[in-house]
Order: sequence, then C-alpha cells, then structure tokens
Amino acid sequence: MSDVATGHDSHGDAHGSGHAHSPEHAKYPFLAHHFDTPAQQFDSAKLGMWLFLATEVLFFGALFVAYAVLRSRFPEVFSYASHYLDTTMGGINTAVLIVSSLTMALGVYFAQRGRKTALLICLWLTMAGAAGFLVIKYFEYEHKIHANLVWGPGFYVPPHNTVGELEAQQLAHAPAAAPAALPVPMNPAPSAQPTIGAHPVVEGSAIKPASAGPGGLGAGAVNSVLGESHDIIPHQLPSAHLEDAAMPPNTHMFFAIYYAMTGLHGFHVIVGMVVIGILIFRAHRGDFGPNYYTPVDLVGLYWHIVDLVWIFLFPLFYLIH
Amino acid sequence: MTTIDTPRQDVLDSAAETDNYLTYTRGFLSWILTLDHKRIGVMYMGSVLLSFLVGGTFALLLRTELLTPGRTICSAETYNQFFTLHGAIMVFLVIIPSIPAALGNFVLPIMLGAKDVAFPRLNLFSYFLWLGGAAFTLYSLAAGGFDTGWTFYTPYSTTTTTGGVIPVLIGVFILGFSSIFTGLNFIVTVHKLRPPGMTWFKMPLFLWALYATAIIQVLATPVLAITLCLLIVERVLNIGIFNPSMGGDPVLYQHFFWFYSHPAVYIMIVPAMGIISEIIAVHSHRQIFGYRYIAYSSIAIAMFSFIVWGHHMFTSGQSGLMNTIFSLISFSVAIPSAVKTFNWTMTLYKGTISLTAPMMYALSFLFLFTIGGLTGIHLATLNTDVHLHDTYFVVAHFHYVMMGSALIGMIGGLHHWWPKMTGRMYNEKMACTACIIIFVGFNITFFTQFMLGSQGMPRRYYDYLPEFQVYHVISTIGSYIMAAGFFTSAICFIQSLMSGPKAPSNPWGGVSLEWQCASPPPHDNFKTPPHVGNCYDFSVVHWDEATKNYIIDHKAELAHVTGEGRR
Amino acid sequence: MSTPHSTATHDAAAGSHADHPLVGHLVPISTLVATASALLVLTFITVAVRYIDIGEFNVWVAIGIAVVKASLVASFFMHLRWDRPFNLLVFVGCTAFVVLMMAFCVLDTSQYRATQYTGNPPLAQETLDAKAPAAPVARFKTGLDP
Repeated sequence: MSDVATGHDSHGDAHGSGHAHSPEHAKYPFLAHHFDTPAQQFDSAKLGMWLFLATEVLFFGALFVAYAVLRSRFPEVFSYASHYLDTTMGGINTAVLIVSSLTMALGVYFAQRGRKTALLICLWLTMAGAAGFLVIKYFEYEHKIHANLVWGPGFYVPPHNTVGELEAQQLAHAPAAAPAALPVPMNPAPSAQPTIGAHPVVEGSAIKPASAGPGGLGAGAVNSVLGESHDIIPHQLPSAHLEDAAMPPNTHMFFAIYYAMTGLHGFHVIVGMVVIGILIFRAHRGDFGPNYYTPVDLVGLYWHIVDLVWIFLFPLFYLIH
Repeated sequence: MTTIDTPRQDVLDSAAETDNYLTYTRGFLSWILTLDHKRIGVMYMGSVLLSFLVGGTFALLLRTELLTPGRTICSAETYNQFFTLHGAIMVFLVIIPSIPAALGNFVLPIMLGAKDVAFPRLNLFSYFLWLGGAAFTLYSLAAGGFDTGWTFYTPYSTTTTTGGVIPVLIGVFILGFSSIFTGLNFIVTVHKLRPPGMTWFKMPLFLWALYATAIIQVLATPVLAITLCLLIVERVLNIGIFNPSMGGDPVLYQHFFWFYSHPAVYIMIVPAMGIISEIIAVHSHRQIFGYRYIAYSSIAIAMFSFIVWGHHMFTSGQSGLMNTIFSLISFSVAIPSAVKTFNWTMTLYKGTISLTAPMMYALSFLFLFTIGGLTGIHLATLNTDVHLHDTYFVVAHFHYVMMGSALIGMIGGLHHWWPKMTGRMYNEKMACTACIIIFVGFNITFFTQFMLGSQGMPRRYYDYLPEFQVYHVISTIGSYIMAAGFFTSAICFIQSLMSGPKAPSNPWGGVSLEWQCASPPPHDNFKTPPHVGNCYDFSVVHWDEATKNYIIDHKAELAHVTGEGRR
Repeated sequence: MSTPHSTATHDAAAGSHADHPLVGHLVPISTLVATASALLVLTFITVAVRYIDIGEFNVWVAIGIAVVKASLVASFFMHLRWDRPFNLLVFVGCTAFVVLMMAFCVLDTSQYRATQYTGNPPLAQETLDAKAPAAPVARFKTGLDP
C-alpha cells in the first residue's frame, strides 16, 4: 500500500502498460492503476456486481409487489387463469435454466483453473440454454396470443379473423376428439387438439366454478354447473375463456402481470445472451486465466440471478392450485 | 481511451506546478472521454448549473404568470407544462445529481485518499447517461411537452394527450440509471479504496453522507425505473396495471412512485447535510461536535427514508390504517435530523467563526432547514395534512427543504471547494452579498407561500381568488430578488475564473485529505501517500502569512493519532 | 461489514494451495452438480405439490420451496457461502426491502379492498358489450350491479 501515489499508467484494465510503477502492476497487466492488488480489484468488482444485483432484485421486486397486490385483490382470478399456462413448458424451462446455471458455474470453475476449451464449451452450453429458454417462451407466448390470452381490453375481443380457420383446422385434424357440444352461444364445440408441441392433458376440470354471483350472468349462468363437468382444455381454444361462464371478472389482469414479469425476465435473458457472447469472444481470445477471470464470475452472478427470478416466477404463475 | 489519457512527456518531466488535472491533457476529447473523477465531476457541475438555469427560468415564468389572477403571460395549458418542466428539471436533472455526482465525484476520492473511484469507466458512462436523459427530457419539449406534474400520477399521465410524456419517461428512466451507477461507484469506493489508516470513523462526515446517499440511490432508484417502464408500457400497450378502468390500481402507482421519491428527497438533502458538517467544522475551526452521532444519523435517515413514503398519500385513497402507521413513522425522521442540527449548533458554539461565503451559506442552511423540517412535522401529522395537502403550504415546505437546504448546501459546497476545483479564489465580498440576496429573496418568495397555503390556495392552479393576489405578488417579487442573487453569484464565479487570484492549497484551514494536495489537485491526486489523521482536529493547522495559506503540522498531527495508529 | 484490506489472508490462502486461483473461491465440480441435482428435484417436488390441495398453504409451500432453491443458487452457484459477508448483507438487505415494500402495499390494498368496485372494470365491460355482447362472462360479483 505504500505506492498509493505512484503510477501514471494508463487507465486501461487488461492492457499492459509500460508505465506500471509498482511490482504488483508490473506482475499483473490487468491491474488498473487505482488498485493496489488484484485481490482489491477483484473484491471491488464483485461488490459492485452485488450492488448491481441488488438493483435488479428491487427492479423485479416492484413487479413482485404488483403481483402480490393483484393476487390479494383477485385470488380467484389467479387460481382460475393459472390453468391457461402450460405447466410442462414452464417446468422444462425451469430445468433448462437450472442446467444453464450449472454450466455457467462450471464455466467459472474452468476459468479459475485456466482451462480454456472447457470454459468455452460451458459458455456455449449456457448460451444454448438461454436460446432454448427463449424458444420455448416464444412458443408459449405465440400460443397464448393465438388463444387471445392477452392483457387489456383485447382479452375480451373474440378474434373473428382467426377463429374460423383455426377451428376448421382443428376439426379437420381431430373431428372425433370433440367432446359433446356445449351450449355455448358464440362458437361451435371446441376440440381438444393441441396446436403446438406435445401437450400433456392438463387437469381438465380444474377450473373452479364461478365465484361470480348470479347477477348479470345472462345466458352463461347455466354453465357454472357445466364448468365442473365438461372436459374443456381451455388453453387450446381460441378465446375459450370467452365462452367460459366460470371466468371471474378481471381475468385479464393475470395476463397483464404475467406478460410484464415474464417479458422483463425474457429481456434479461436476451441481455444475458449478449454478455455471454462477449465472454465467448474474450475467452476465445484468451483473456481469462487463474489470475484474471473477473468478467466470467460477474456474468455468472448475473446469469444466476436471472435463474433465481425464474425460480420464483414459475410457481407463482404456473403452479397455482 | 487509453491513449487520450496518456500524459504528455513534457508534463511528466516539468515542474509539479503545471501538472494538475486541468492541464494534464488538453483538448475537447480529453475531457469528454476522460476517466478522471475530477474532470467528470467538473463536467457534471457545468451541466447541472446549466440545467439549473433552465429550470430557474421556468420558475420565473411561473411566478410571473401568477402575478395576476387569470391570464398574465401564458395560457393555462402552457402554465401546466411550465410547472411540470420546472419540477422535472429541478428534481431529476439538478438536485439529485448536483451534490453526489458533481461535488461528490470531485471530492470523494480525494477526501478518501484514493486515486480514483472504483470504476472510472462506469463513472464516465453515468455522465453520458445523464446527458442522454437530459437530451430526452429536452426532446419531450419538441415532441409536444408534458403536463403531468413531475410525479406522473396515473391515470392522468397515461391518458393525457400531450406528446412528450413518453420521451420524458424514457429520459427520467435513463437519469435514474445514471444516479444508480454513481451510488454504486461510491459504495464500492468507500468500501474498497480506503488507504491504510483511513478507518470508517476517520472518514470526513461528507463521506458518511455520500455513503448513506449512495445506499438510497442503489436501493430506491430501481423501483422508479420499473415504475416508469410500466407507465410507458401502459401508454403504449395499455397493460392496465395502474389503470382503474381496467381493474388496475392507481394507488399502487403512488406506492411505487413514493417508494422511490421519498428516499429521493433524502438523496437530495443528506449529501447537503454532509457538506454543512464540513463547512461548519472547517470555517469555525472547531472539532465537530458529536462526530459519531452525525455519522450514524446519516445512515439512520437513509434507513428511515424507506419506511415513510406513505405520508405523501394521506389524501390519495390510502387506507386509514396505513395513514396512521406512516404518520407515526414519519415523525421519527425528525430525530436524526434534529441530532444533526443540534450538533452543528454545538460546533458553532464558542467556535472561531470565519464569516466566509461558505459559512454564510451554511448558516442560511441551518435557518432554512429548521423551518423546512419543522413544517414537515405539520405535514406528517395526519389531520393537519388533510387540510394542508396539495396547497402552497406543501410547496413552501418542500422548497425550504429541497431548495433552501439541498441547493443552498450545494452552492455552499461549491464555494467551499471552488479554490480546490479551479485553483482560483473568488471575490469574498461579492459572494457574501449574493448569499444575503438569495437568502432574503428566498424567504420573501416562500414564506408567503406558507401563508397562502394555510389559507387554502391549492398548488398547481393557474387561476386564484383575488384575495390571494397580494401574497402572489410578494412571492413573485421575492423570486426576482432571488434570481438577482443567483446572477450575482454567477458573475462572481465567472470573474474568479477569468481573473481570480491563485488559490493556495488550503485556503480555509481544513485538515481532511483534499486540503493536503495542491489546488487544483494533480492527476493522481496525491504525489506522496496522504497522511490520514483526525480530519477535524484543527489544532494542527496554523496560518502562514508568507504563503497566505494554512499549513498542516504533520508532526503535531502524528502525536495526536499515535493512539489509533496504522494497521 | 467487510474488511477491505484483509488481502493478506487471501494471499496466504493462495500460497498454500498451488492450484487455487489468485482471488476468489474454487467450488468443486461435484458440489456444483449436486446443487443442480437438488434444484431439479425441488422443481419436481414443487410441481407435484401443486396437485395436493392444502388450501391456502399451497402458495406458502410453493414460496418456501422457491426460497430454498434460491438460497441453494445463491450459496453455491453464486459462491455466497464463501464470499465476503458484506455481499451477503447486500443481497439479503435488498430482498428485505422488497419484502418490506410488499408487506406495506398488500396491507394497504387489503384495507381498502372492501370499498373497491368488484365487477368487471369499465373498459372490459365496454369491450364486452361492443365486441362480444353474447359472451357469458361473469359480470359482477356483488350487489353493485343494478
């Protein structure tokens, strides 16, 4: 610490400089001029990253607060609408993120050991996990938007343009699968044909009967009984929710907060892919080794917090009883 | 970037005198791409003062419009945009970055004895973010302005047809990140870059204040960021989380907004309190009274600031239970604030007070902050607030705190460190005159607003009853006086830059580390390792008539600190 | 509080293990794999628990499992178990602030919930009337309906 005032060397980090005045700076070319030891630099970077993660926690935290407030106001909406989400896809995505977190952590390990090839493999695997997550997420979104499960007033607009052809398609594919016709006013009987991927049969009758009172139910009032008995798989129908008399008011709010939170999380996954891409580039160049692997460690922390947020999002949206 | 900061060889070889941070490298790019915390601080200061001029102009336009009931100079719609712009610019572009980002950036590493902040690139990046945020805010004017008030309350902000709402939301979002990165940098710097001997309780109180501020910046600002994001999504995509006609909750918006914006009030005031601690100790040449209590009270204010936000929502439909809880907790903020005020007063008592310009500003601060703080207690009281809420009483209260305290503290600090920043002295008489004019003008402007508010004049109104006119006229005249004071101050600073006498390294007799390096400081702050002693022990300094400078007697100082020693 | 200049202990540690990195902590591969396995098992459990109806406790069980998973990630993947205590304080502290904010906001809304309009919100109702007049959507829960 006696060299506090020395060093006219450049402000760069990873570039060696002929101006290094202290033995520490001469020994470690990545050491910035205002740090005295690599340990000090590493600790600073790590604390800085943790503080940044704290801001991320609060950033998401506010949305979790909005979630809690909405859920406490409309508990019936959340237990109803949750069944429109695909637990299998959500579960697979959880597993994908956990595995990619593992590969990231292994990447940090290999960077610490200075094993470049293993590090690169881990980073590529993490990248693949992120991409896989986004692909699955894309299919989920696409499916919901097709089924008109969106936020805002659009939730209540029957998609007249698409409804006909989609149903024709479904009927053509599996006409026999259609259950007994329901007394629904708008559309013909729904068929239980999945449109994408391999859907398991989600618990069919999990939709709770109307918590809605009798007032204003009109023609649909009778359906509250049928709501329990028929085997409708709501998320496979365009606008199935509009025919469902059991749907509580404000169901669109579930999807508002669902898109807000998963959308923000998805954005963080994209940012994660960008920074992991930069890491791959730098690792390829050979920047990292046992003495200097700070960026790998920091990106790892970021990636784990993305995983961590999803660990909470998954049960809070997909797994409501 | 590295090449730009590479020193010229002649500078390295030449005498130490020419090697200061201002002359270290030259050219526009060497400033705009610098990683030197001092230059970034100076650039922040220039930008902030420029924004202050803009925000102040809007204030004068507002006051002029309010000279008469009905139309005076502009339409009601324009008036709405004026007060919104005045508020948004003053809060987000001026006061929040003024002390931490401008003065703090310059002073913090030097006071600490570090060569720079922990992340110099991030520091420069946060300045660029500030510029980006300011650009968006200005662009919102071209895009049609915005009339939401600086609080952007829903559902008005999501339904108003003025076109500048989304640009200003993006602008404030970016400014928030600028603030977060500054705070993050400061926390890491204080934790990791303290030189040997600089223990937590040897840090000057300004550093404690900046540390407390940084905690708030890091913990509160993200909530504002996500709230603004949701507002943008609400306007663009109609997501409905804050929209009551979609089943959303506008009170939730206010919870979010004030979860940030109440702590933000302390982002403004706590660093000003730190400056006052420095000024009062140095300019009365007396050991600060109750060092630890002032330090702890800064942290206490930072913590309390997070649990009192609901007192902004007493009349917003917040539930009675929460109103009571928040009212109760709000009173407790008075305790740490009073601890500070008490300790400052005790430091002044029997001190050898030099009535310099910084000291004048510090005394103004004490007076104005006491009024601002005590009226805060009226507003924290639930039943009084129901009467006073959204009246000029509130306007006067927060101007006493945000302007009369935070901004006056900032200007006091600017005078205090001006010789260090520029290497030149300013005209003391002129600066003191400016201070008196500002003080008088300020009280004329805002004290009348307490009377207006208690008689029921609502804030943000374009028109008013004729019986209020006399107060409005007095208040407007006061604002002109205040403007004259600020212009005097500006002239004083410009004159100092042009032809001010050279500043010695220690013009006031301070002991903290920044007074131990040259004025202006060299590029790396310290030529030799700084000696860390008790930064408030003024017995070790004595006036040297020959150099017109205070000399710190390190031998005497060493004798004082042997008890604590180095690690 | 962290000790910013306790680098000596670090250097000593680095000296004693030849293959240990200069800074930071090396977490063995077996630990990382075990952590990931535990996370996957917990994911399976949390999905399974969904189908058991324990009333209001479902949400708390789900959150409890999520907290356990989160602490596993934080302690092992994010090295918090071996990291400086102050980093842990930062993480726990910011979470505490989220919980604080959540508690206050939920407490507040639960207080004024009774006064809130409980049927379809106006914009949803307008859309329903205009675009899907026959949709049998539950319109009102309480007596606010004429």
